[in-house]
Amino acid sequence: MNTFKITAAAVLMATTGLAGVAVARDQIQIAGSSTVLPYATIVAEAFGENFDFPTPVVEGGGSGAGRKKLCEGVDENTIDIANSSSRISQGDIDLCKTNGVNEIMEVRIGYDGIVFASEINGPEFAFTPADWYGALAANVIKDGAITANTNKTWADVNPELPAQDILAFIPGTKHGTREVFDVKVLEEGCKDTGAYDAFLKAAGDDKKAAAKSCLELRTDGVSVDIDGDYTETLSRLDANKNAIGVFGLSFYQNNTDKLRVATMKDIVPSTETIASGEYPVSRPLYFYVKKAHLGVIPGLQEYIDFFVSDDMAGPNGPLAAYGLVSDPELAATQAAVAAGTPMGPLN
Amino acid sequence: MTFATPRQVFSLFEADVRTRNRNAAERRFRLYGVIAITISMLALALLLFTVLDNGLGAFRQTFIEIKVPLDPARLDPSGTRDVEAMKKVTTIGYGKVIQAGLVATLAEAGIATDDSSVRDVFNLISKEAPAQLRNRVLANPDLIGTTIDFRAFASGRVDGYFKGRVSMASAELDSNISPAQLAIADEMKAKGLMGLHFNWDFILGPDASELRPEAAGLGVAIIGSAYMMLIVLVLSLPLGVAASIYLEEFAPTNRWTDLIEVNIANLAAVPSIVFGILGLAIFINFAGLPQSAPIVGGLVLTLMTLPTIIISTRASLKSVPPSIRDAALGVGASKMQTIFHHVLPLAMPGILTGTIIGLAQALGETAPLLLIGMVAFVRDFPASPPEGFFDPASALPVQVYNFTQRADPAFVERASGAIIVLLVFLLVMNAVAIILRRRFERRW
Repeated sequence: MNTFKITAAAVLMATTGLAGVAVARDQIQIAGSSTVLPYATIVAEAFGENFDFPTPVVEGGGSGAGRKKLCEGVDENTIDIANSSSRISQGDIDLCKTNGVNEIMEVRIGYDGIVFASEINGPEFAFTPADWYGALAANVIKDGAITANTNKTWADVNPELPAQDILAFIPGTKHGTREVFDVKVLEEGCKDTGAYDAFLKAAGDDKKAAAKSCLELRTDGVSVDIDGDYTETLSRLDANKNAIGVFGLSFYQNNTDKLRVATMKDIVPSTETIASGEYPVSRPLYFYVKKAHLGVIPGLQEYIDFFVSDDMAGPNGPLAAYGLVSDPELAATQAAVAAGTPMGPLN
Repeated sequence: MTFATPRQVFSLFEADVRTRNRNAAERRFRLYGVIAITISMLALALLLFTVLDNGLGAFRQTFIEIKVPLDPARLDPSGTRDVEAMKKVTTIGYGKVIQAGLVATLAEAGIATDDSSVRDVFNLISKEAPAQLRNRVLANPDLIGTTIDFRAFASGRVDGYFKGRVSMASAELDSNISPAQLAIADEMKAKGLMGLHFNWDFILGPDASELRPEAAGLGVAIIGSAYMMLIVLVLSLPLGVAASIYLEEFAPTNRWTDLIEVNIANLAAVPSIVFGILGLAIFINFAGLPQSAPIVGGLVLTLMTLPTIIISTRASLKSVPPSIRDAALGVGASKMQTIFHHVLPLAMPGILTGTIIGLAQALGETAPLLLIGMVAFVRDFPASPPEGFFDPASALPVQVYNFTQRADPAFVERASGAIIVLLVFLLVMNAVAIILRRRFERRW
């Protein structure tokens, strides 16, 4: 009995003793978007090599999850930076406020393109948003009336496209990429084909309902949501040679020997066409810094300065080499980061 | 009455219908068994084959050997050989030194590089090389001014070319490599400047970003996993054994102990992700332990392993014959003496086997680690224990998961390579369990 008691007491003390140790953290912790993750790891790696600070720890997990973690509080065991492929929402800002995270810095690191690609040996595609709407939407306009979508091949949608069966792998709804696809492709196409006006009429001028109808997709298996990452889309594409997949530009650039990229409105996606704004399907990438941790976590200011420096985020830096579209207004971002300007209210 | 029916005659040599049916049923059953085993063996063989086929390449890597003159003007502009001052020169500066060395080495070997730009040639070398050279020079500033033999990783695509993953045809379409670059690589290989060697850095080195898949290694993950297993062993073995001895030998049988028993059995079947949620809530949010740290991972896995250890310990305590207990009590030993001098030593092989199997299960666990921040990019090695338990680290199964998420095709090979390392670890642990059982088990 005694031995048991002693053992139990020892273990208990050991556990609580360990828990009582407060450790000052000396490395930066980052979490968030899996789209920003590769860029953040590239910068973290170079930062660890060239500075006397430890290499930051970078986690994925998704934009929303990252921002929630950032807003958990100002303790040292909360993260310092949240990567995000979409802008922070008012809900997140409110959550931050309730947990005492009052000042956040918003840093836009550049732009990310979203490309449509098929198997390398397949035919060429030249899409417009209207083509995608006509291929994937649940309801389309036919002879001026709203009818259920029965298009079988891409040629049914647009005679100029190859007569290949429609099959598309698009990002699942939990991805930030899907939001961009919805807004920049489906809604756009919905308006271009006139379907939006018809929905608006049918819904009695309810703009929200009309926009929602635009995003309704077919459920007969031609549009497949991919909840995993781009590697999954690529392997699905490998199995279904006549499918079209939706990828991030950087992923495509790393797999150009397997994928044939389609044009959108006759523009070939590249870092140049996205930077100039010609290629329509792109979005800004951000990270958010907890100002309360500046000066507390060693190297945090140096890391964010380094991230937006020309050596990293500039047009000839390693991030651009990996597929990030460099921000034309990088100089303004650098100045804001150096001055530590917190973000104002959302507009 | 049927007495008049003549007695049926059986032959021992000729089976009747019912015997034949019974024998056929048995033969069929045996066949089913063989088929079941064959299918599972085939599945296992297929799994092992794909993993080995994909992953063995990760252990060998293409290296480039060049002579690099360490230009003092560039690497130590102050001329003082003061390490602090030399740190101002970044990896970009070291890249230029390597580039110069590479061009000179190629010229010396008589490899024509006029039709491709210097930048193309430099891209044959991994982006990791400048960092390696910088560390080497900073560790030994006296090297400056001399010309050193430098062995660097070749870039991932060049490595893929020698392993058959990249071909001239695919390079034509590839934006990261051109056939001209591969032609130079071929010449360098012919001249002995480039070649495949065993890559210790895959096992010992840290993870690397997507720009340099060739440099990514498992070192941090292996240490993280080892730290966690150490914590699990130190915490769960005494806790589990103490709990099972009490429950098995001392506790009265009543409603409370029944309740505890049912709960332990249920806990063993709880999905591991639940323990991750618990760990996040208690160890990180409440106790304030750091994220991504092996200590939190170890504590979570301890909770997960405890039921397994308790169940197996109780089973092995139960399997010690009552005659041993009776004999010990009969010669006047106290209950505690009986247990600690006689029952526990005899149950030890079973306890250890159960513990190791529990540890092996914990080693392969990914889901709970997702929630406590261990699925992260960690490049710095954790310090030695006990401080190192609080430093960020990765874990082997998590590293496999991380590698599969990345865009560069070179990571496919590394993911399978990481699986091989994980399998080797599991195999060793299971082998130890078997040896312990064989060595110390006693049968009655």
